[in-house]
Amino acid sequence: MTTAGSPAVATNVGRPLLGGRRFSLDWVGTLPFFVYVLLFLLLPTAIVAFGAFFDATNGFTLDNFAHLSRSYVIKATIDTVGISAVTAIFGATLGALLAYAIVTGRPNGLLRRLVVSASGVLAQFGGVTLAFAFIASIGPAGFVYLFFQSHGFNYYANSVWLFQIPGLVLVYLYFQIPLMVLVFLPALDGIKPQWREATESLGGGTWHYWRYVAGPILFPAFLGATLLLFANAFSAYATANALINQGGPVLAQQISGALSSEVGAVEPGFAKAIAVEMIVIVTLVTVGYSLLQRRTAKWL
Amino acid sequence: MAVARQSLYRSRRLKLQLFRGVTFLLAAVFFLVPIIAMLEFSTRGNHNERTLEYWQSIFSYPDLFDFNFGPAPSAAIDASLELALVTSLAMLVLLVPTMVWVRLKLRRLSRILEFVCLLPLTIPAIVLVVGLFPMYIWLGTNVSDSILTLAFAYVVLVLPYCYRALDAGLGAIDVKTLSEAARSLGASWFSVMWRIIVPNISNAILNATLLSVALVLGEYTIANNLLYNNLQVELVHLERANAGVSIAVAVAALLFAFVLLIAISLVGGRPRRMRSEAITSFGTGPVQGSAG
Amino acid sequence: MKLGNLWRHVALAVMAVFVVAACGSSNSSGSASCSESSAKTATSASACGGMDALIAAAKSEGRLNVIALPRDWANYGAILDKFTATYGIPITSDNPDGSSQDEVNAVQQLGTTSRAPDVLDIGLAVALANTNLFAPYKVSTWGDILDSQKEPSGLWFEDYGGFMSVGYDSSKVPAITKFDDLLGSGFKGKVALNGNPKQANAALNGVMMANLAEGGTLDDISKGVDFFHRLKQAGNFVPVQATTATVKNGTTPVVFDWDYLSAAHGTDVPTWKVFVPGNAILGGYYAQSINKSAPHPAAARLWEEFLYSDVGQNLWLTGLARPVRQAAMQKSGTLDAAAAAKLPPVNGTPQFLSDAQSTSAKNYVVAHWDAAIS
Repeated sequence: MTTAGSPAVATNVGRPLLGGRRFSLDWVGTLPFFVYVLLFLLLPTAIVAFGAFFDATNGFTLDNFAHLSRSYVIKATIDTVGISAVTAIFGATLGALLAYAIVTGRPNGLLRRLVVSASGVLAQFGGVTLAFAFIASIGPAGFVYLFFQSHGFNYYANSVWLFQIPGLVLVYLYFQIPLMVLVFLPALDGIKPQWREATESLGGGTWHYWRYVAGPILFPAFLGATLLLFANAFSAYATANALINQGGPVLAQQISGALSSEVGAVEPGFAKAIAVEMIVIVTLVTVGYSLLQRRTAKWL
Repeated sequence: MAVARQSLYRSRRLKLQLFRGVTFLLAAVFFLVPIIAMLEFSTRGNHNERTLEYWQSIFSYPDLFDFNFGPAPSAAIDASLELALVTSLAMLVLLVPTMVWVRLKLRRLSRILEFVCLLPLTIPAIVLVVGLFPMYIWLGTNVSDSILTLAFAYVVLVLPYCYRALDAGLGAIDVKTLSEAARSLGASWFSVMWRIIVPNISNAILNATLLSVALVLGEYTIANNLLYNNLQVELVHLERANAGVSIAVAVAALLFAFVLLIAISLVGGRPRRMRSEAITSFGTGPVQGSAG
Repeated sequence: MKLGNLWRHVALAVMAVFVVAACGSSNSSGSASCSESSAKTATSASACGGMDALIAAAKSEGRLNVIALPRDWANYGAILDKFTATYGIPITSDNPDGSSQDEVNAVQQLGTTSRAPDVLDIGLAVALANTNLFAPYKVSTWGDILDSQKEPSGLWFEDYGGFMSVGYDSSKVPAITKFDDLLGSGFKGKVALNGNPKQANAALNGVMMANLAEGGTLDDISKGVDFFHRLKQAGNFVPVQATTATVKNGTTPVVFDWDYLSAAHGTDVPTWKVFVPGNAILGGYYAQSINKSAPHPAAARLWEEFLYSDVGQNLWLTGLARPVRQAAMQKSGTLDAAAAAKLPPVNGTPQFLSDAQSTSAKNYVVAHWDAAIS
């Protein structure tokens, strides 16, 4: 088998630059991307992070970060991380199952196209309208609830959980699952039928196939998609704000309050400090994900 | 032995069909019930009668509908559609070559690339827009004031989703072998990208495009805070007209995006599962697992 | 052309110019017509060459940028349409759901670009905190506005207001005769506040109204926060964001809101009623300001003139808001009597939050609201 670097395959067919010296300019190929990202992502992020160190009179201060210890901010942090983790894991699992159901059908079929397009639309569906869709269906004045109530089953007997965190989790799944389908489907497409046949010819059953062959191959993509779902839920704002408008259980609501309060509770520096906290949390989760990837790659 | 294998296959296929049926049924219930609720509400009049007046009134808003495509779209739908097109193209041009290049030559950068592509999701849009203001003021005074400049921000917003979709697609094919084979046959890097890699990840590209179009059509916060009137901002204007119209318009927007995405998926190509299997299976046998 | 003829033509031309200039100057009153630079600093219409000059300058600017003016808020839809119909100036209306602070943020962040908002309609707290962003201007009907309702040099001036109320769907909940009815069992899971009092002016005033109804004072909002805590304990409070859709659907059949905003629900829900507690009449006015670096200064000033003209004020009245010139217009007979008759009746002395009281209320709410309501 030919490998890179051997005389049979040259990876750099062009002339060596600078009169013969092999100067690796490979990184130049990524320049357009990183310049763009620098201008439109890293710079704004830096502006925001920078702003967290200044107070209303533009004096340097660490107070904004000290305020992160306010009790409602800590509660919001814990709640938001919890909601994001739960919806990420459940969304990833259910989405993967749905994606598998799609991929085992006809690759050109109408069903696949419909479900994939629907997933595209629903993955970005959120905010006030999504909240209302749930309110109008399973809410206390919704037809599903009224139907069950008239048949003796009152699922809001203890409390209206739709307007609490469990309800928020359910509503988040509405866009998390389609997102998972869209993002994970290409990985499932890469599974080849020969692998199944090979496993069987070696005497393995379904369990062996999933545990030792397809599972490990799909796991990196699955983990990456879960991370995406986590970050997606973590920064979601409009849906939570529509469903639970009081109490600010989600961190992004605390930011919005500090930025656009019209009763004088506006603290832009504090809002930016919360944003920095959110970036730090997702960075930590990403690092954890990366370590997990490396660990599981060793098992392959 | 053959008969036993036959009945094994048949039972397995039955189990698979059962699994698929149950999954699709549950998914249909979960996803369609809220939409049906919205549809019911948008056709409900003030005295609980059925009415289509809210749906009919959607078409009477010139700020929303006014098909004149061009560099200066006046109506919200034109602007959002043009933005979707520009953003998707720019994203593909920016992301696909970079991701392939990193896979081939700069593996150490892949973690950094992954993190950078996830970064836009860590910052809520309401805060990101605060950091984008200086850039947009500069753009507004020196380049253009048009709503299409939103594409610069949107490309950044779609990065997390499109990166993940493209990464899953690239991970399923053996990029290294394909490109080495093509290069050894004398193909330029452009040919490798355009004629070898892209057709093999066409599904992932399609999904990434769908994600980016859907995001642009559904984006509200950045356009609103930069004081542009895109589709979602215009919907909020309409929302304040009355309750029935607001929900009718929301369902109409969903249907519109759905039809658009189906159209794109029909144009965008067929799944290449069969073809990629033919290309990569010559001489290499079972493919090694793709490292993340 | 012979030289003699040329000189004759030149002399005729020069004379024509003088004649035209003489006629022109006798038409305009006083200074030259309103140019871009003079519109920017004009503190009244007369300082800019009179109303006609102002209209001409505004038309040549060609556009007006407004922000946070939803069409169903105090009849702004009709006001925007009437302005465009009268003067032919198209209006760009941005960020319809924005708060007063969002308006000020947009002014600060969009600076001198051509999309910055020209005029602002903001709550008093935000107006008082940001006077450095405004240009002073006195509309021609300046004298009709009470001194307590305007800033002396014209940096901000109140425009319309109303009273905090409890709107409810009488077909879904029992009639409300006194404020404490809300704690009753007929209101389980039905009472909503329009917005979060840590953010929204209307919501903060809603809590203050509850405070006054429960025996509190303007200086101490604790009884109001406690009322909502009790409402939550009784299971009557719904934390959902109240929109026209949730009201019509029946999820939020009781909403605390300004009376003119609450009355707008009547178009969707025929059985909607508005209740203002007799012992807690809390009024609130909004204020207008002109952006100092407005991209269309003449159009901005013309808009203010329009809003404070009889036409503009009556349009607000049609939206069931109380325009600031209401008393003066009633005296001079220009008030739209039919619209005034539709205003929700208010019997008693209205109270208004001062800036200091608003600040102390905000401080208390920021510290205690989340705990009270969860």
